[in-house]
Amino acid sequence: MIALGLEQNMAGPRIRNEADPVALEEAALVDQARGGDLAAFSELVRRYERRVYRTARHIVQNDEDAEDVLQEAMLKAFEHLDSFQGNSKFYTWLVRIAVNESLMKLRKRKSDRSVSLDESIETDEEPIVREIAVWDDNPEQRYSQTELREILDKAIDSLKPIFRTVFILRDVEELSTEETAEILGLSIAAVKSRLLRARLQLRERLTRTFKRKGDQILGYV
Amino acid sequence: MVTCKDFLRELGEYLDETTDPATRSALEKHITECPNCWVVFDTCKKTIQVYKGMDPQPLPDPVHERLMKALERKAVTLGVKEDCSEAKA
Repeated sequence: MIALGLEQNMAGPRIRNEADPVALEEAALVDQARGGDLAAFSELVRRYERRVYRTARHIVQNDEDAEDVLQEAMLKAFEHLDSFQGNSKFYTWLVRIAVNESLMKLRKRKSDRSVSLDESIETDEEPIVREIAVWDDNPEQRYSQTELREILDKAIDSLKPIFRTVFILRDVEELSTEETAEILGLSIAAVKSRLLRARLQLRERLTRTFKRKGDQILGYV
Repeated sequence: MVTCKDFLRELGEYLDETTDPATRSALEKHITECPNCWVVFDTCKKTIQVYKGMDPQPLPDPVHERLMKALERKAVTLGVKEDCSEAKA
């Protein structure tokens, strides 16, 4: 189910910083959009459409479904703007809608059995590390932006949904652990555990590409 | 004494700098003495940095245009009368 009332469940003080001109401007845009100003909402769309699309694309893993998610999320946000009361960041509220839409897309693919975020993970299971090698200094500079993007996207796409979704929200979209837990309906411990696993798995995959030439892979003691 | 297993278990909190000072100090001591754990920490940190450094790609124009058209249609069904102009951009 789509849950639009995220901010009502989030404890803590109001996040909106009244001294921050960007936050003030955004709050004004949200207020105008809530009053039926479509141009104001269009400006909010322009600000966040790339990030929403990227998040959706990483979860659903194809362009067509990512576009559907983007549209559905923006239309739902516009229609239900009244339920956003400014207790959380607008983007956090928006991305929650997009993540829910993305997960619903995945669940509709009956052939994909690895979708459930509720899949239990033993949080005390030891993380796995196999590849240990020093990276080049700034290895990303060896590649064009397009090549680097392909390398990074391929690595994320290789993760199971339960890991890549947490990684995207925490380390790509830079949401807090608490926000990520709220959005995904997970415990804080589950977010931390899955994030560590995602980071370690990505590190392993990227090590194969970015390791310093001539260095041997060390064995872990 | 921190073992490699202990270090890996705490690595997430260490990367996020959310460990308490005593644990942090013990983990720091461990990576000065254990090259493998230092490499894992360093490459994990670089993994996070390289992803954070990537800006989202521009949305393909047709995708943006279809989105704005869908929004205009939605506005009509919701009875919103204002134009969907992007003059504020």
